[in-house]
Parts: sequence; C-alpha cells; structure tokens
Amino acid sequence: MSEAAATVAGASPVSVASRGFWADAWRRLRRNRASIVAAVVILLITLLAFVGPSFSPHSFDAIDWDHMAVPPGDQNDHWLGTDRLGRDLFVRTLFGVQISLQIGLLATLVSLTIGVTFGATAGYVGGRIDNYMMRFVDILYSLPYIFIVIILSTLFERGNIFVLFLAIGAVGWLTMARIVRGQTLSLKRKEFIEAALASGVGTTSILLRHIVPNVIGPVIIYATLTIPQMILFESFLSFLGLGVQEPQASLGSLINEGAQEMESAVWMLLVPAGFLVTLLVCFSFLGDGLRDALDPRER
Amino acid sequence: MMQYALRRFAGVIPTLFIIITLSFFIIRIAPGGPFDEEQALPPEIKANLEAAYGLDKPLYVQYLRYLEGLSRGDFGPSFKFKDFSVTELIAQGLPISLMLGFCALVVALLAGIPLGTFAALRHNTGADYSIMGIAVLGIALPSFVIGPLVQLVFGLYLRWLPVAGWETGELRYLVLPVATLSLPVIAYIARLTRGSLLEVLRSNFVRTARAKGLPERQVVLRHALRPALLPVVSYLGPATAFVITGSLVVESVFGLPGSGRYLVQGAINRDYTLVMGMIVVYGSLTLLCNLIADLLYGWLDPRVRYE
Repeated sequence: MSEAAATVAGASPVSVASRGFWADAWRRLRRNRASIVAAVVILLITLLAFVGPSFSPHSFDAIDWDHMAVPPGDQNDHWLGTDRLGRDLFVRTLFGVQISLQIGLLATLVSLTIGVTFGATAGYVGGRIDNYMMRFVDILYSLPYIFIVIILSTLFERGNIFVLFLAIGAVGWLTMARIVRGQTLSLKRKEFIEAALASGVGTTSILLRHIVPNVIGPVIIYATLTIPQMILFESFLSFLGLGVQEPQASLGSLINEGAQEMESAVWMLLVPAGFLVTLLVCFSFLGDGLRDALDPRER
Repeated sequence: MMQYALRRFAGVIPTLFIIITLSFFIIRIAPGGPFDEEQALPPEIKANLEAAYGLDKPLYVQYLRYLEGLSRGDFGPSFKFKDFSVTELIAQGLPISLMLGFCALVVALLAGIPLGTFAALRHNTGADYSIMGIAVLGIALPSFVIGPLVQLVFGLYLRWLPVAGWETGELRYLVLPVATLSLPVIAYIARLTRGSLLEVLRSNFVRTARAKGLPERQVVLRHALRPALLPVVSYLGPATAFVITGSLVVESVFGLPGSGRYLVQGAINRDYTLVMGMIVVYGSLTLLCNLIADLLYGWLDPRVRYE
C-alpha cells in the first residue's frame, strides 16, 4: 500500500496532484464488471427500499383480514404475498431493508470515526501510549464480537435499535484502528511529515491534515466491508430476538418468522433471505473490487 | 517452547479478568432486573428476593463475592431457572455445543484445504472459478439463512435427515447443524489455502524441488503445502470465534439442547449470573483456542523464534 500512499502523499483527495491516483483507481474499478454490477444492484435495492413502499397500497403493519398467508403472484395487490397475520410482505421486507441499510451506514460511520482517530493517534504518538492503546484493542479483540454486542443489547431498552447500533459502532472500530495504525507507522517516517514537523506544525494538525488523508484508501476499502458486517449483526440480533421488535420489521426478524412458517409458506423465508443475501454478496463484491482498484499491489 | 507456552498461558489470565470485570459492571448498570415481570411483584417480595440473591448489597460487594465464587468454580444461582445453578445449566449443554463446534472445525479443515489446493492447482480454469464462486456465496450467506434452507431441502423436501431435534448418540441429528456451521469456514479456508498455495508455488524452493525431478505430487504435498497452510493456522483463532458465534444461531435453528441458547435467553431475561457464566466459559474457550492456534503456528513455521 505504501506505493499507492506515496502517490497521494501530502495531498487531500480532491486536489489536482492526487487526481492521477483516483482517476486510475476509478478506471481499474470500472473494468471490474462484477463490482460495477454489484454497485448498481446496491443502488437499485436502496432506491427500491425507500421509494417502493409508497407504491404499494399497504402499510407495513396493516393487517389484511381477507388475505392471510397468501403466496406471491396471487390475484391481489400483495406483490410478494403476506405473512401469517396478513401483513404485506413486499412492504415489510423493504421496510426491513431500509432499517438494515440505515443501521449499516450509521454503525460504520461511528466505527470509522473512532477507528481512524484511535489508530492514527496510537500510530503517530507511539511509545508507551501506543502500547497501552493497542493492548486495549487486543483485549476487546479476544472476545467474540457478538458477546460484546449481546452484553450491550442488555444495556438498552429493547426496540431502541439506533442507540444500540451507535454502541455497536462504538466497539466495531477495532480492525479499523489496527489498519490505520499500521499505515500511520509507515507514513510518519516519510519526508513530508518531517517537513511539516520542521515547519512547526502541531501534532493535531499533522494528524488531520497529513496522516488521515493519506490512509483514506484502506479506510474506504474496509468501510465497504464493514457495512455488510453491520447489516449482518443487525439481522443476527433481530433473528435471535434481541434487535428490532414487532410490529417493526428487519431482515433478520422476517427471516426468523419465515423459518417458522417455511413448511407451509416458503416465500415468507425466501423473500427476506433473498434480499439479505443479495445485499451481502453485492457489498462483498464491491469491497473486493475496491481493494483491487485502490491497492494494485495486492493483485 | 514450553516456557513460551506457559508465559503465553499466564498472559491469558489478566485478559480474562478484564473481560469478566468489564462485563460484570456493564450488565449491572443496565436498567431493569431479573425480577421485573409483566405483573409487578409487591415491593416486599421483590426486596426479599433481591436480598436472598445478595442483590441488595452494594455493587462492589457483589463483584467481590462473584469473584470469590468463581475462584471455587461456582458461577452462582440462575435467577430464572430457579432450581438450577449456572454451573449445572452450562455443564448440561456444553458437551453438545463442544461436539458441534469441534465437528464443524474438523469438517471445515478436511473439506476446505483439499478444495483450496485443488483450485490452486487448476488455477484459472473452470474448476477454480466455480469453487471460488461458491466460496464467495458461502462466506456471504449467514448461518441463519443457510440453516433454514438446508432444513427445507434436506429435511422437508428430500427427507434424508431430521429437520431438527436431538437424541443422544444419534449422529444424524448432527449432520445438518455441522454442515450449516462449517460451510462458511470451509469457504474461507478454501480461499486462504488457494491464495497462499498459489504464492508458494511461485517461490524458489518449489522451483528447486521441481528442478531436481520430484513428481508434482510430492512437490505439492511435501514441500509447498506446509508453508502454504500457515495462514490457515492463523485463521483458526478467528474461526473458533466464528464457530462459537454461529453455534448460538445453529443451536436455536435446529433445536439442539446446547449451552448457546443460555446466552441469548439470559440476556433477554436479565439473568445476570447466567450471562456472566456464559461469557466466562465461552470467553476462556476462545482465548484458549487462540493460544493453541498461536503455538501451532510457531511449531509449523521454523522461522518463528521464541524469546
């Protein structure tokens, strides 16, 4: 990565000097058909999730007493069928996608902010402080992440999922911190940092103006891989009954309901599962593509 | 080596202690308690209950008491399963969970390494692409989707295997859960093996082995595979964590009487001691497996030196 980092050295991603690198990355990304398709699919699903429900005459929690557990494609306006209570599955699933996407983005942003700050500080300050900071990360790392999440989920009133995910984002920064720290360690010996030091720039400014813009490449890659992880966590918790509560829906809770009905009503499982898997696969393709595009040495 | 192992082992204890302390206090500052029911208990009864379990004492006293109990191997009483101690509950379920996790890891290694090797040897052919394509899917599919799907196909439609449930000694109840749990790990191990074997096959010592006329089979199996498996070994630690996490879902999907469900139930019921007990047991298990993976790595890689 140091090669790529050196290309952007000392410039923020929007300035003229760095255009070469980003244009190059964009060109490489465009050639990777799988990730472009993945990106388009993600955009379409997002659009559908936020616009789609308004086209349906049903709301996510309205009960249609005449159409209970009807399969998709029947002669009615429930496009993807209904669940056991006669609630429209199309609207409920899209509602779940909305929640999943929002939570994925929110938690990723939180973990990004903390991870970059923590990692850059530890790497740049170095010495004993770095040692203590990374030791702390190691300890949190040694416990399966889901345990921390389950402990945290007891902290918040059930249903208050956004606060829960602020908290999850607040512990999801560990890998990000490690990546950024590693990058910072190699950056801080570069000449342009020395130049900044020599001209009397303070630690905070060096971190914000010189270090952070230069670690943006790996950060973007890892963020694309964090979003599906967070979506997965949310679904996981909701599947176990610790996340989104009725009558709200999330992909995880819909899959859980569907799994209980799959013997007689398999679409209740397949519809939400299909959306979740498509999202996850697309994000992982996009992440892979971005890694290849931004970090040509990895190939 | 032995000294190094012991020192690493000693390093696990403070980590475990910090984990226990942090989770103890986080769980206790949560609002609500184990005796909040739909119908509120009369205050006197609630006070009596809390006194009986020592919950009326200041938090630090409870903490010290808990540590003291732990040192004797006593995890305390469960608040919700009234007649059981946490130790009994976990001891009942843990063997099943351990068997599930162990089988999943073994299956993952036995399937993942050959698949990855095969893909690497058929680099850039249809076989390679299809194995890696399936691997992407296997990694992206969460266990709570794979689980119901295999139940649907193999349990309900084909009727080859029981959909769910458990009978002691009947291995067929274990097949679908193990498959569900190991599939993502198989996929990941196959990808790791393929990637690192491709790199090793380009290295100088492999060229030497070929140059001295060894058959390709020996070149791969005896020379290339061993260093190529190092990333797989270092993945074993995270894999254990993954299997433990996945077993929570798999046990609930397949109705296995393992101990994983206690973590979730405990969290929902605010059964403090049960959640703590699970964290202590599963946390130590993870730390231990990470340690074993590290030591194994050092044993396999002659370049690692113990200081």
